[in-house]
Amino acid sequence: MTRPEERVGIHGWGAYIPRWRLPMEEIGRVWGWPPHQFKGLNVKEKSVDGPDEDSTTMAIEAGLNALARAGVEPSKIGAVFFGSESKVYAVKPSATIVAEVLGITPVTMASDLEFACRAGSEGVRASIGLVSSGMVEYALAIGSDTAQAEPGDVLEFTASSGAAAFIIGPREGAAAVFEASYSYITDTPDFWRRALRPYPKHGEGFTGEPAYFHHIINAVKGLLEETGYKPSDFKYAIFHQPNGKFPVRVGKRLGFTYEQIEPALVTPYIGNTYNASALLGLARVLDRAEPGDLILLAPFGSGAGSDAYAIRVTEEIVERRDKAPTVDDYIARRKPVDYAVYAKNRKILVMLPR
Amino acid sequence: MNGVGAGSLPRWWRNRIPRYRLVGAKCKVCGRIHYPPREACPYCGSRDLEIVPLPRRGKLLSYTHVFSVPGDNRLSTPIILGLVDLGSAKVIAELTDVLPEELPNVKEVEAVVRKVEEQGGNGVIGYAIKFRPVLQATPGGQG
Repeated sequence: MTRPEERVGIHGWGAYIPRWRLPMEEIGRVWGWPPHQFKGLNVKEKSVDGPDEDSTTMAIEAGLNALARAGVEPSKIGAVFFGSESKVYAVKPSATIVAEVLGITPVTMASDLEFACRAGSEGVRASIGLVSSGMVEYALAIGSDTAQAEPGDVLEFTASSGAAAFIIGPREGAAAVFEASYSYITDTPDFWRRALRPYPKHGEGFTGEPAYFHHIINAVKGLLEETGYKPSDFKYAIFHQPNGKFPVRVGKRLGFTYEQIEPALVTPYIGNTYNASALLGLARVLDRAEPGDLILLAPFGSGAGSDAYAIRVTEEIVERRDKAPTVDDYIARRKPVDYAVYAKNRKILVMLPR
Repeated sequence: MNGVGAGSLPRWWRNRIPRYRLVGAKCKVCGRIHYPPREACPYCGSRDLEIVPLPRRGKLLSYTHVFSVPGDNRLSTPIILGLVDLGSAKVIAELTDVLPEELPNVKEVEAVVRKVEEQGGNGVIGYAIKFRPVLQATPGGQG
């Protein structure tokens, strides 16, 4: 064993998706978008958080699900990383709230990470470093977002809400083990949100080729070169999912087939959950993976960067699956709402003090 | 529930564990369990109580609607309050993720942590236990 990654694995995974859904047609109806504006996205509807939900509450439920699968004593977790671009406080960690609810406090590291949709993945890589070095026994890495979109902007079609959490620990007893990881980062301003501004801005078509495709392709190519694997060695290929078409397109350009990509696609059912997007894809794959399966994971974040991981499933996966709700359980728990309820839940309505 | 406004911030902070984790106080003399935890047993007066975790699933015994909702929680109107039997204790808490017309069919509920207060846009955000209808496993669903 040469790489630090090989000393580390995933002990538990957990998902959370809110109950409410906003269909694409409803957004089109309100803003007068013709159907061709959203049909090509390959997204049916998007998940919408309830009025009492936020990135913290969603992270808590995903974290509890991950703990249930891992069966790890919470006090043994020595680091909590909360990746989000919809933190409820500008200053005050959300990670401490999650850690306190889950019983991880007080002897732990805890911090919030920001890198657009990739912060949760940075938490995974940092966890691999901390666990492989022996500095902590277990770490909790979370991606959680109630993604913002300006009403009427094309982002509104896909910006949705969800969370995914992973308990990362020693190779022994893990449900899946890391074999390698590779990061590829440049300063590419494809998408941003300035301080004190409620909604992000984006570079329209600039978010595609120089951002999403360039970074994911280079991260995955780097991983394949380092490991010697070829696309056909993998059972599953998971990419960041800003819409339902980009992950399929980037996968095919890298030499993966639709059959490898499809099981991880969650965006067609719930929209783009930002920091949870690729990680919910990983959770959905772990829900069904078999011992020995090799998984490629490649999250992406604007600004911009991508990480590629090779993950091998172990025998332990079999008894972990049924210990918490699956991604599909949450996808099936759906109640469509109209734009008025969406506006109420998302606090787009202006309400004065009384 | 006392708020997280400036005056009661320390009190909110002291009580955060039962709000976050659904733990009750069990009277070591008469055996009754109280939620939220109490310093003294209201039945036998004993001050010898221990903190115990409560079951996260229970039966919804009754519920009521609150249509006149104060402050930040107006967006959650109507608020639904439920009486939940956890077996070892009965708990009154908000219900969530449920529409009023669905309530007659709700039998089993489970605990979740949700936002209960945020003091406008400039205050501390309060989180606490609520209950929602038990999440159903997808029939025949793979994984």
